[in-house]
Amino acid sequence: MQNSAEEDVDLARSRQIAPPPVSKHLQSLLTFFGAVAITLVVHLLISKNEPSAETRYYTIFLCTVLAIAVFTAPAQLFSSAVRRWRQNVHPILAAGTLLLCLWEIITTGLRLLPLPYFPSPAKVLQSLISDYKLLFDSTWHSFVLLLCGYALGVLAGLFSGLCIGWSRQIRYWGMPVLKIVGPIPATAWIPLAMVLSPSGTFSAMALIALAVWFPVTMLTSSGISNTRASYLDVARTLGAGRGYLIFRVAVPAALPNIFIGLFMGLGASFLTLVVAESIGVKSGLGWYVSWAQGWAEYGKVFAALIIMAAFFSSIMTLLFKVRDRVLVWQKGVIKW
Amino acid sequence: MVTLAQTEPAALSLRGISKSFAAPDDPLTRRLALIDISLSLAPGELVALIGPSGCGKSTLLRLIAGLDTPDSGELTIGSEPITAPSAERGLVFQDPNLFPWLTVRRNIEAGLVARGLLREKRAEVDDFMRLVRLETFANAYPHHLSGGMAQRAALARALINHPKVLLLDEPLGALDAFTRMQMQDEVLRLWQARRTTMLLVTHDIDEAIYMSDRIMIMTPTPGRIERKIDIDLSRPRDRSSEAFLRLRSNILEHLHFAGTAPA
Ligand SMILES: Nc1ncnc2c1ncn2[C@@H]1O[C@H](COP(=O)(O)OP(=O)(O)OP(=O)(O)O)[C@@H](O)[C@H]1O
Ligand SMILES: [Mg+2]
Repeated sequence: MQNSAEEDVDLARSRQIAPPPVSKHLQSLLTFFGAVAITLVVHLLISKNEPSAETRYYTIFLCTVLAIAVFTAPAQLFSSAVRRWRQNVHPILAAGTLLLCLWEIITTGLRLLPLPYFPSPAKVLQSLISDYKLLFDSTWHSFVLLLCGYALGVLAGLFSGLCIGWSRQIRYWGMPVLKIVGPIPATAWIPLAMVLSPSGTFSAMALIALAVWFPVTMLTSSGISNTRASYLDVARTLGAGRGYLIFRVAVPAALPNIFIGLFMGLGASFLTLVVAESIGVKSGLGWYVSWAQGWAEYGKVFAALIIMAAFFSSIMTLLFKVRDRVLVWQKGVIKW
Repeated sequence: MVTLAQTEPAALSLRGISKSFAAPDDPLTRRLALIDISLSLAPGELVALIGPSGCGKSTLLRLIAGLDTPDSGELTIGSEPITAPSAERGLVFQDPNLFPWLTVRRNIEAGLVARGLLREKRAEVDDFMRLVRLETFANAYPHHLSGGMAQRAALARALINHPKVLLLDEPLGALDAFTRMQMQDEVLRLWQARRTTMLLVTHDIDEAIYMSDRIMIMTPTPGRIERKIDIDLSRPRDRSSEAFLRLRSNILEHLHFAGTAPA
């Protein structure tokens, strides 16, 4: 039944684009292709006089993208899914490519920005590739630290949120603590953490956990305590005991809220991770950025920033996917 | 169809029940919602409760279910006093209140899961889904259901526990006339097969006469039972028989009087 409804929607959608508007097609194809071509030409013109060791990778990169744009084009003739996907992503990819082009013009081309601080995209790519080992290592360290800290914070937050949300008594004592201690940014504890803890990594993990703990606790407890009373009443008349009321009624009812807490906690954990790494820990992306800055290697700084962007946004996307799966029952009810 | 092991129906008795709530405009004063309600249902009796909106019907059912406690008075089921909710007193709420995070099937199973009986009685779930004609919606989530379908699912969810006393708060209110009559017959059939003691709140006088052994008419501010009318028609009842229509106009007259009487 659900399936057939979805099929209907699909059908309607495919009908909308059923007669493939050839001109539109070509247009979307040309915008991306054109953008890559322009960027490549601009790059070749500008970097004529640069040392080729510095620009070689970027040239190869642009050529590869161009080749992909050309060779995947025929695929859309056979698959409507590819067609739809291309129509969807081409404009944004084209815009991204043109931004790269603009960046190169401003830096290497017109030299509008002071040089060591704002390297060209070619230079950044070169740094990224030449230092990939250390970058990979740093990413791995950041990942492990983030994962441990986040998991710890989520577990603690879910537990305390559950207790505070469910038990009136615990709420009475716990809420003031939460309200006073929680809003202190986790990074403000760094001086104390460095004194207290034997290892930088351990204190960074504790700080990340603290940063995650607060929003998760807050949102979990409010979700639990705002469970609709009628759901609890229904469950009671069905013979539910306390375990059922908590874990099969209150928790699922609070899940939308809990996910908001998880997202807020994730944002806070990124921030804390980077700050903690650049101060106390001697590894990870945050450390890498400040280390590269110390050597005035701004190409590496930018390379690390790009990795961070990709790394953090993948984790964020993953959490969105998990949420969509867990909250299927909300489908069509809430969108954020 | 559901042909199930008999559970012993239980007698239900209320003596001098009063219940007040804090007034919404002034939390310091309390306003009586029910005053001095006494009634008793014999085991296996089906009693209908009718009365104007706000006269305390839902409040009364919540007290019997054990979800609220009365200010004064005694509630007993069999010889046991009612102190807390229990699976032996099923309540179908005025709103279906299906758990939105569970599929229809899992909603109907909820009572078995809560009591740890799912493994033992899984086969019954299909019976009840067929009873309320929701087999094809087993895996749909509640937001895909119409109001009537949701109410049917809620009915099945309460029935699966085989309660000794079944409390129904306008369970068929959201159904179209045709489905409604079908469901009335289903509920009756179920009641006759299992002889559950039933208390049915309804706004529909025809439904009350068609289904019940006895009708209680309530009047508001504060809610009390104004009149009890025995329905001595043999089953199955004919909605257009003379006796039926006479009862109907009798009750209508009474309700009209009760609705306009000064409090
Ligand atoms: N939790 C509550 N807090 C305060 N007042 C309440 C509460 N529940 C019910 N009341 C009051 O008690 C009275 C009876 O309410 P109740 O819901 O029992 O009416 P009802 O007979 O079921 O009406 P309807 O037919 O519209 O469902 C109303 O005046 C209502 O305002
Ligand atoms: Mg009501």
